[in-house]
Amino acid sequence: MTAPERLNGGQALIKSLEMENVEVVFGYPGGAILPVYDPIIDAKLRHVLVRHEQGAGHMAEGYAHATGKPGVCMVTSGPAATNVVTPLADAMLDSVPMVCITGQVALAAIGTDAFQECDTTGITRSITKHNFLVTRAEDIPRVIRTAFHIATTGRPGPVLVDIPKDIVDANNPAAYFDWYWPEIEDLELPGYQPNVDPDPTAIADAVELMLAAERPVLYVGGGVLKARGAEVLLELAELTNIPVVTTLMARGAFPDSHELCLGMPGMHGNYTAITAIQQSDLLIAMGSRFDDRVTGKVGAFAPGAKVIHVDIDPAEQGKVRMPDVPIVGDCRLAMELMVEELKAKGAPESLADSSAWRQQVSGWQEKYPLTYEQSAPGELLKPQYVLERLRDLSPEDTIVASGVGQHQMWASQYWTFDHPYTWINSGGLGTMGFSIPAAIGAKAGMMDRTVWSVDGDGNFQMTAQELVTAAVEKIPIKVALMNNAYLGMVRQWQSLFYEERLSEVYLSHDMPDYVKWAEAMGCVAFRVEDPDEVDAVIQKANEINDRPVVIEFRCHSEENVYPMVPAGGSNDAVIVDPTQQPTLDAERAAKEASQ
Amino acid sequence: MNRPGNLENHTLAVVVENKAGVLARVADLFARRGYNIVSLLVAPMDDERFSRITIVVSVESAPLDQIVKQLFKLVNVVEIMEMIPEASVERELIVANVKVPTERRDEFTAIIERAHGRILHDGDGHMMVSLAGEPAEVDAIEADLKAFDIFDLQRTGRVAMRIVGAEAPVTKV
Repeated sequence: MTAPERLNGGQALIKSLEMENVEVVFGYPGGAILPVYDPIIDAKLRHVLVRHEQGAGHMAEGYAHATGKPGVCMVTSGPAATNVVTPLADAMLDSVPMVCITGQVALAAIGTDAFQECDTTGITRSITKHNFLVTRAEDIPRVIRTAFHIATTGRPGPVLVDIPKDIVDANNPAAYFDWYWPEIEDLELPGYQPNVDPDPTAIADAVELMLAAERPVLYVGGGVLKARGAEVLLELAELTNIPVVTTLMARGAFPDSHELCLGMPGMHGNYTAITAIQQSDLLIAMGSRFDDRVTGKVGAFAPGAKVIHVDIDPAEQGKVRMPDVPIVGDCRLAMELMVEELKAKGAPESLADSSAWRQQVSGWQEKYPLTYEQSAPGELLKPQYVLERLRDLSPEDTIVASGVGQHQMWASQYWTFDHPYTWINSGGLGTMGFSIPAAIGAKAGMMDRTVWSVDGDGNFQMTAQELVTAAVEKIPIKVALMNNAYLGMVRQWQSLFYEERLSEVYLSHDMPDYVKWAEAMGCVAFRVEDPDEVDAVIQKANEINDRPVVIEFRCHSEENVYPMVPAGGSNDAVIVDPTQQPTLDAERAAKEASQ
Repeated sequence: MNRPGNLENHTLAVVVENKAGVLARVADLFARRGYNIVSLLVAPMDDERFSRITIVVSVESAPLDQIVKQLFKLVNVVEIMEMIPEASVERELIVANVKVPTERRDEFTAIIERAHGRILHDGDGHMMVSLAGEPAEVDAIEADLKAFDIFDLQRTGRVAMRIVGAEAPVTKV
């Protein structure tokens, strides 16, 4: 037997990351993490030097969203740790597998208010799935293995590992130990056994409901993507002919061009998706969590529906809506069992007749499609038009990463997502500035794919510095900057709910000069103001593959996102596009009169 | 405080890994989700790898089921048992230091003896007493002591234990 390898904590940390097959680490060095940055020079993995630690966190998220593998970021103590708080909270709410390594002051200095000290594990306790403060060098391989195990199993989420400087210090004799790599079974986790296998009895109960339903809807959430369940979802939907809505976190989990796809439900979902849920008699919630942006007023949400709720997190069962059939487990496994059980029970022949339902649904689709008015001559661009052109002129498997606000809703509405893992956004936390770093992370993981960041002008100003990272590290993302000179979504709310009293929402079209700024950061930059120029510039941008590209689309400032369910209102009161609203009002009045 | 029949409070016995920061995780979870802790008691178990936290929770803010499920999500939580009154025994300790004037000493000691309490210290016009009993007994002695001038009083919060053979829901492991 050969003698075990003697490593110090810093070497062991890097080796542990390599053992976890980490390809890329997004990070930023500094005092407390310095000893770890020395072995990085000789490491096989790629380190991407970001320009702000928040960028490192969102890049790790974007990487995880696009590849399905855990994203890794590494930063120093104190202010660096507090700068990754936002991405950690973001990853927590959107169940993104991510491991964040933070430097910490030396063990003896902890608790003394040392330079760049903060209580990192305390601060991040409620925004991580779990966190660790490592106190002995020899614990590093075990803790890193455990961190990746927790981040990627059960309901995925961010795990933070805080590492004091002295235990990774090559000059500290106590930081050396005999290298080992533990087996998953040997990790000490007596309280962590996520249940992935659905209860067959519950599956049978669910299938009974599915066979009898006359107005069923599959309400698909991000859990289906996390479970790599898009294929079996297609099989389940086609076997049962049940229409599918995909939430903001699940866009792409079911092909938008499929005839059973109703698109996105919720506050800015389309009329058909919202109304189909409202009028359903069976709602099959698949890896979705009844978020307030989907349900609107909870008491008025899908009032006539029985609910089957499949979720790997038992705490989601009954948190918002009490299900008739709760199924705890992995969505993919649950759907596989459902397909099997349905076939055993004679599906599709044995299914109740739901053809009238599908007819009703397609009637809504015809009557209330997403719509907007093209800009009049001389007017600035309509963002919806820009997104339609971007969609049609980019490769079909383009990955889209969006920021937060109006442009996010339009991107979700107007893009046609036909493949899973092509849509990346901050759904739960709603983090402005998410798009550019997330796009960089996605591109770093998927270098052969076209990655478009769809961003707003407010968002862009929060994290644009990462375009320097993209240029220097040769991660050529493309940015469609929808510049409407406003914090558009806030302006929309002020217009609709605060009597058009606009307060602190104006940013201006030309301050800053986005083209000059992008060029200064090493990007190719274009400005487009005329609808006739849109196609040519997008085509030009799609041909550039050696540098990041920014297209500033000067957009109309007054455009509102429709449909819209006012916050806290019932989904039955959805407001559609102003050109369709009179028809809808007349329909509602007629219905009321007939009752 | 909780009395038998008070449906708004529930007693949970939570087995956790005996590691730094675990109590903070539990307390943080209650704070973060707006759950109310009525009392909380924590100590290592016979197997020192684990500690047992006995929490009396108020379910006014959230259903017990949701509180238990959220607690389960903590990686260091190993087991949660609800201590339902019919299937468990609860005990609590009260210690009080009371100013007792000479003319009321007999009255005071009679109260303590009747309640099966103990006098731990006597001097300088003060008597320190303790009583371990069912929460209702502790409530009763506390009420009796209030007829005197209380210098200091501390209740421990309750411990609970299942009765062997009694049916009780165990929610993890």
